[in-house]
Amino acid sequence: MAETGGSVLVALAGQQNAGKSTLFNMLTGLQQHIANYPGVTVDKKSGTYIAHGRTFEVVDLPGAYSLSPYSLEERVARTFLLDEMPDVVVNVLDATNLRRSLPLTFQLLEMGFRVVVALNMMDAAARRGLQIDVAALQRRLCVPVVPVVGRKGQGDAELRDAIARVAATEQVVPATLNYGSLEDDVARFQGALAAEPRLRGLPARWLAVKLLETSDEAEALLSTRLENPHSLLDALFRTRQEFEADSGVATGDHISACRDRKATEILAACVTDTRAGEVPMSEHIDRVLLNRFLAPVFLVATVWAIYQLSIVQGYALTDVTWPLLAGFRDLVAIVLPDAGFLHDPQIRSIGLWAVDSMNTLLNYVPIFLILFGLIAILEDSGYMARIAFILDRVLHRFGLHGQSTLPFILSGVFAGGCAVPGVMATKGIPDARARLATILTAPFMNCLAKIPLYTLLINIWFPETKGLMLFYLSTLTVMVALLVAKLLTSSVLRNEETAPFVMELPSYHLPSPMGVLRRAVGRTWVYVRKVASVVLAVATVIYVLLQFPGVPADRQVAYQAEAEAAIARFYDTLQGNPLRAEVADPTRLMTLVNLQSEHAAQIEAAETPSERQALDGTLKRRHPDLAPFLLGGATAETQEAASALDALATTRADLRRTLRRDRLESSFLGYLGRGLEPVTQFAGFDWKINIALLTSFAARENSVATLGVLFDQDDGQNLSLEQRMGAQQKAEGRAAVSAVALMLFFALYPPCLATVIMVRLQTRSRKWTAFSVIFPTILGLAVASAVHTVGTSLGLSGLQTMSAVYALTAGLLFVVALPKPWLHGHDGPALGEPAK
Amino acid sequence: MKQVFFQAIGWTKGKDAPCSAGRCCGGEGTCHCCLDAISPGNTCTIRCLRGCGPVRQRLLDLGFQPGREIRVVRNAPLRDPIELQLGDTFIVLRRHEAAQIEVQHG
Repeated sequence: MAETGGSVLVALAGQQNAGKSTLFNMLTGLQQHIANYPGVTVDKKSGTYIAHGRTFEVVDLPGAYSLSPYSLEERVARTFLLDEMPDVVVNVLDATNLRRSLPLTFQLLEMGFRVVVALNMMDAAARRGLQIDVAALQRRLCVPVVPVVGRKGQGDAELRDAIARVAATEQVVPATLNYGSLEDDVARFQGALAAEPRLRGLPARWLAVKLLETSDEAEALLSTRLENPHSLLDALFRTRQEFEADSGVATGDHISACRDRKATEILAACVTDTRAGEVPMSEHIDRVLLNRFLAPVFLVATVWAIYQLSIVQGYALTDVTWPLLAGFRDLVAIVLPDAGFLHDPQIRSIGLWAVDSMNTLLNYVPIFLILFGLIAILEDSGYMARIAFILDRVLHRFGLHGQSTLPFILSGVFAGGCAVPGVMATKGIPDARARLATILTAPFMNCLAKIPLYTLLINIWFPETKGLMLFYLSTLTVMVALLVAKLLTSSVLRNEETAPFVMELPSYHLPSPMGVLRRAVGRTWVYVRKVASVVLAVATVIYVLLQFPGVPADRQVAYQAEAEAAIARFYDTLQGNPLRAEVADPTRLMTLVNLQSEHAAQIEAAETPSERQALDGTLKRRHPDLAPFLLGGATAETQEAASALDALATTRADLRRTLRRDRLESSFLGYLGRGLEPVTQFAGFDWKINIALLTSFAARENSVATLGVLFDQDDGQNLSLEQRMGAQQKAEGRAAVSAVALMLFFALYPPCLATVIMVRLQTRSRKWTAFSVIFPTILGLAVASAVHTVGTSLGLSGLQTMSAVYALTAGLLFVVALPKPWLHGHDGPALGEPAK
Repeated sequence: MKQVFFQAIGWTKGKDAPCSAGRCCGGEGTCHCCLDAISPGNTCTIRCLRGCGPVRQRLLDLGFQPGREIRVVRNAPLRDPIELQLGDTFIVLRRHEAAQIEVQHG
């Protein structure tokens, strides 16, 4: 250990919320990376720094109150300490709550580690009126105690010094805590354990105490290390029994009480509370914010404020950022090879497809920055914990947990969010069953990418009742999520481990701008990474599925012939026109055609006549020889040229559109869409919608883009997708009920691919990942089919159907939420369909 | 009937059934009940923790040690969970867990 020159292993240990992560960031700066501890989903953060010519490797242990084997975090922390034997353990204490922090310190000292105590949040302690005598504390604990303020970086140098100093010292004699009436037994077993050669390297006193505490894991350790542990285990068992019989207290309780007493004693000697008896500031605030009647009001107001600021204002902000993304697309379009008359080079199509897929997603970045920033403010200020407190009763009824609130909000409770950070945020839920249920239901929330399809369908079918329909959809998903959570927790998740809701309410404090920014950017970055990697890869796969096997050869030839005929007609029209010489060369003609489409697009985008004139001017300057074709002009020749080009361009556009649709219909996805029709017909989905839904598995935004291609305009008319799709669907005899079925299916649709990957990461189980895809598909299809069939046969209007579904779901929710005293502790029977 | 119904769903305000003496509490005669029966604003002393396993350990770690004073601060708007003050800290517990903590008035 600690030879000079080698790197020093430093472990950060402490309770949750003691500020370990802040200190970790302070020590390591940006030199850190995150991995998992072997076999568990607990993050292992490690990093390095160099001081005094030596490398210090810092590992941030999971938060632990003690080293008992009950919680996963504590088990992980304990295993790391025993297996890796860090050279120095930095015990991070919350200065405002020493009494609860010190028992862990005693255990670390008992284990014989070289400990440095970092007394964090000294500023908060001072604000609370706590005066801490650091020198006295240091004397009592016999280890260096360094006061720090992690958030402000105070005490950084002192802490590093102390670590280096302690690392250079010899192995310390473990400090001991006197266990009173159990002390003799502890000493006896300590001696016995120390005499075992096979237990060398393990702290004997700590092990003796753990064994007397009835720790199954310590016993297991003994059993694996020793050939014949039975005599020892028997002796332990007897000692525990005798002690309990004598004192009426279990050994574990006695030991824990001894630690608590010692902590109280140290506290009395080292800490003076100058404001003892006063009501803390946070309590004053809570008297208002958590008032029985005002609490729901503040909660709703908070949610509304988040919605207004992030979704409404964020959308306004995307108007500013969209041109940047559009500019990037243009840049890519210029770099890639030019378009052909009928067929574009493959590299161009795929490149633009990729950029388009990415842009639709990146467009949400401003919204996410605001949303995640606000949520970080809620978390840091301490209000998020209060939200969990207020809502736990409701969520618990449905098998969830107070802390399921954050994942739901992130995933988009109020129309706008993303399930990827949402699923990621389930990490903090201590209850395994509620956590799984949250992971499986958070994707039901309305992520931002579902909104375009809703908007499209609502604009087509419910132009008069837009607001009501959106309200229905966004609240319906929450109700369905709750019902599904109840269904899952009382069926497939029934046997998962649960944990109680025990949570400390942190004091309110003003969030630091840096901390908020860091978290907002961090979470947005997760989203952007998803866009850059997964979505891009899947977009490519879908592109291939949409392009191949492609249009049959005979139809290809026909298209080609039509294109050539159009070009020939163009040349014929210009027979005798002096301008014809300009484009006699086919490549020159191609340039002209592309120039035309580019110019037309620019003109369309321009808003004022003066802008259009400026565009025309630029065109004249750049391409003086081709400009007459595009702009027409005074002479008969130029007018003739312009109308000829116009005709050619129209034919080309029509041909390309027909070809594109033909290609889509004869693509793999097209076949799949048609193949699914027998199943999806009950829900009223035709092959076009099937394709749109299939492509939206990669990213939900794709649905609208695909529909845009499928519902093409037939001639030069310039209708919006709403008008086109509405007209075609109405012509096919569809009614609004089919739109309702589609929207419901989309609301229950399985998570997008990026979310599925996150589910896999968080559950670490293939089974649950598969379940997270299959279950919503079946549920969604069943609901959509039922709604479509019943709605159509009863001849209901779209709004009536939606209202009926809503009322049914709300009723079902009410029935499930109602207490069922006759079941006595058992949860209700498995639910049926949430909507029929 | 009504009483039974509300008692069963935990909505009653009245006294809960007195704890059947847990394995740790042998006290007789003294008025002892469980923490979930204490109404907000009242202070009591912890006698012992019932049950075993992780919940109990977590409560002990959080400072629910026999002999300590504890104040019930408030109920959540829907009456469950409850907020407790233990020394300087405020802790939130479900009634179900609070029912594992035997307390003594005063």
